[in-house]
Amino acid sequence: MSQHLLTLTATQALEKLRSKEISATELTQASLARLEARKGLNAALTITAESALAQAQAADAAIAKGETAGKPLLGLPVGVKDLFCTQGIRTTAASKMLENFVPAYESTVTAKLWAAGAVNVAKLNMDEYAMGGSGENSAFGPTKNPWDEARVPGGSSSGSAAAVADYQCFAATGSDTGGSIRQPAAFTGTVGIKPTYGRCSRWGMVAFASSLDQAGVFGRTVADAALMLHTIAGHDPKDSTSAPLEVPNWPQTLGQLNIKGLRIGLPKEYFIEGLNPEIRTAVLGAAKAFEAQGAEIVEISLPSTPYAVAAYYIVAPAEAASNLARYDGMRYGLRVEGKNLVETYTNSRTAGFGDEVKRRIMVGNYALSSGYYDAYYTKAMQARTLIANEFAAAFEKVDVLFCPTAPSLPFKIGAKANDPVSLYLEDAFTIPASMAGLPGISVPCAMGAEEGTALPIGLQILGPRWGEEKILQVAHAWEHLRGAFTIPFKS
Amino acid sequence: MALPHGYEMVIGLEVHAQVTTKSKLFSGSSTAFGAEPNTQANEIDLGMPGMLPVLNAGAVEAGIKLGLAIGAAINPASVFARKNYYYPDLPKGYQISQYDEPIVKGGQLEIQVEGQPARTIAITRMHLEEDAGKSIHDLGPVNVSYVDLNRAGVPLMEIVSEPDLRTPEEAGAYMKKLRTLLRWLGICDGDMEKGNLRCDANISVRKPGEPFRTRCEIKNLNSIRHIMHAIQHEAERQVEIYEKGGTVSQETRLWDPDNEETRTLRSKEDAHDYRYFPDPDLLPVRIEPARIARVQATMPTLPDVLAQEFAALGLSHEDITLLTSDITYAAYFNQMRAAGAESKLAANWMMGELFGALNKREISLEQSPVSAAQLAGLVKLITEGTISGKIAKQVFAEMLEKGSEAAAIVAALGLTQISDEGALRAACEKAVAANPDAVAKFKGGNERIFGSFVGYVMKETKGQANPERVNAILKELLA
Repeated sequence: MSQHLLTLTATQALEKLRSKEISATELTQASLARLEARKGLNAALTITAESALAQAQAADAAIAKGETAGKPLLGLPVGVKDLFCTQGIRTTAASKMLENFVPAYESTVTAKLWAAGAVNVAKLNMDEYAMGGSGENSAFGPTKNPWDEARVPGGSSSGSAAAVADYQCFAATGSDTGGSIRQPAAFTGTVGIKPTYGRCSRWGMVAFASSLDQAGVFGRTVADAALMLHTIAGHDPKDSTSAPLEVPNWPQTLGQLNIKGLRIGLPKEYFIEGLNPEIRTAVLGAAKAFEAQGAEIVEISLPSTPYAVAAYYIVAPAEAASNLARYDGMRYGLRVEGKNLVETYTNSRTAGFGDEVKRRIMVGNYALSSGYYDAYYTKAMQARTLIANEFAAAFEKVDVLFCPTAPSLPFKIGAKANDPVSLYLEDAFTIPASMAGLPGISVPCAMGAEEGTALPIGLQILGPRWGEEKILQVAHAWEHLRGAFTIPFKS
Repeated sequence: MALPHGYEMVIGLEVHAQVTTKSKLFSGSSTAFGAEPNTQANEIDLGMPGMLPVLNAGAVEAGIKLGLAIGAAINPASVFARKNYYYPDLPKGYQISQYDEPIVKGGQLEIQVEGQPARTIAITRMHLEEDAGKSIHDLGPVNVSYVDLNRAGVPLMEIVSEPDLRTPEEAGAYMKKLRTLLRWLGICDGDMEKGNLRCDANISVRKPGEPFRTRCEIKNLNSIRHIMHAIQHEAERQVEIYEKGGTVSQETRLWDPDNEETRTLRSKEDAHDYRYFPDPDLLPVRIEPARIARVQATMPTLPDVLAQEFAALGLSHEDITLLTSDITYAAYFNQMRAAGAESKLAANWMMGELFGALNKREISLEQSPVSAAQLAGLVKLITEGTISGKIAKQVFAEMLEKGSEAAAIVAALGLTQISDEGALRAACEKAVAANPDAVAKFKGGNERIFGSFVGYVMKETKGQANPERVNAILKELLA
């Protein structure tokens, strides 16, 4: 019974809720039970059973009274990456530093979810402060990939991807700075979309790299992702970098694509040596399927692509070093006393931050320091401009770009733990769009295999600024061309 | 005081002026002074995770005003940058300031030291930044410090002068001029005691004509007297070092007013690397010409312009200086003029009688019981000859008490000056007739006794006789 409920898509579940075929309480109980039963995946850091059931009861009451207007997610159990501050519910950013931090305020993104009637079932695991591409950098242990628990689910939104793929919740929020939604979506066979920078408010989202951080969502279908994204998007006067733009009705326009004449670009810099051949074949196959339906395939060159990772690992750590300066043990968070002020700072930060966070703080401060600023930060920002300009030129010629989300299949936990640079390169295909602030979606493309284990491959579709509508439509169309893609329901 | 051995001072000032906005530069918290510690700091000021700054448009407006007032260029796209350093009163671990793209570039201020020609002092730049909180180290047990974050995030303008000042007196005059201007524009209270106007001074010495030598910075000077004393002592310290064959090392120093000396705070080697970079949470501040024009339209006439206007009216240098020291003075004076009061007499009455009375009552001009229009009414009664200056003082005293119109008081008390020739002549004739002894003495050459006839007439007329006419008639009768 409960398995049946949890394998519904969000769209189906919402229909059944509105028709009173099922209740929000019933659905939430199923979700909470699954979260408890599947704790071994380490997808959730905090299961918010009590408040979730209260939200579910309120949803049931609203449905009973017919008060469903303006509440598109009424009664739907969702998970929240643990860097969205939730009022009265601890928010850790998967760091020892914030292990006991309970915000007195609600992030704009989550506030919009609750206003839309969604039920918060869990705060989800992640790489500490969103720094990582495997989920292994969590202070509270790595998240496991439901397809193969020996493997990583990708990161940094590891818990969001795993929880949605494992049917623990119907959808989840994530954040994407250099690929933190798209890459774990690819690794778990889920749909993950990062909208244009500025589409969602960052207010109340624990900052990693402010000029790159963007909230987004995970779902098991494009329609579910569109529904979630539509709920959380929009201008927020409390975030100066959020765009004062109307949010198009993506759920409604999802099916309105005319494939005939659609121009799909294949950027050659993404189909390089070192790309897993199965992934290459799968992504090119997706393009061919569209071509067969009348789409035009155009080879595109984005020559600055190889510099994106290097530039990103200057800009993001620089901003992170400054953003994380506030965690000094003075006002909140972990405090480890020392003999004097400097020692207290040092002790608190030494104990509070994990290795990867410390590594990036050091890189960032180095890049910003006097005498190095121009050589590193200024150069990286110039590279960023080049990357953005090349994308803009490409989107003069094509409507969307098709490329792999990640160069490899989900790897084994621990395989890259001692080689940060090889882990950084896992983000080579997601970072360029982040640097340009563009929207991107990863949608299950096909299945690959490694050591006899079937593992999902992600197709990444990139669009121009504010072009979420098109990439959602194309991703939705791909679901039809591809055919059913079912994640096994494990127990 | 001049420096020995023919040295001259080279002085540049960095002034921090707190902008009089109701809320902070990047949050909605109140900026009111004197509240209980940490009651005016919200989650943004506390640097809580995920909190974001939103720029206060009022502070930008204040910046544009100052820029226009000093004839500077308003940057069409200024940038907020993060200045990174650790301190418990800096919650985010960085201060949001402006670095290579300040809101105001260039500009100047004309200053005048008493008895010397006016000089133009160039201003390098003005940028907006948030204040830090306050650390309090001497309140409780030893080794315990307290932090008050009410001030954290309060908007500041940092106004940096070129090293154009040459004497402590010039530095003092510059500070006074700047303070007046800030108050005039209504963008800073300019109260150095409350710390809403602070100054750092950069000082070096040299022989005239030499290139600049190494400078030292003295931090946090909180009165004009301290600024002048600190500069003098620091310059003397540097001269002494040079004269002993030593070299001055670049450092930041503190002024100790109790011991009248400056002391090292930190040397150049200990200087912070602030790792400035553009704040990614804020967009560049775009200021369109239309916005500048809107601000321009709200600007009051500047004190230097008014000073020229007042000089043309024939006012004294002293009066002009006082009138242009405070916008409420100038406004009051101009209201008196607008109500028809003659300029010089208006200035005399306002800054003589009125200011004297206000001082005695320890109230400001804005609290004056006598409005500009009312005082103008009194002045007009004098110039029209309705009352004498002496009676006017009596009327003014009534006005202060009752707050009523001069004309009404004059009418009610029957104080109108008697100018009727017949009545005056009768009174004078009576005075002459009643005092034959005095007449004899006067005619015998005692001219001083003339006053007793005037006194008689005034007594008879209760002081309301027109004194000029009384003098004339008496002279005629006694001729």
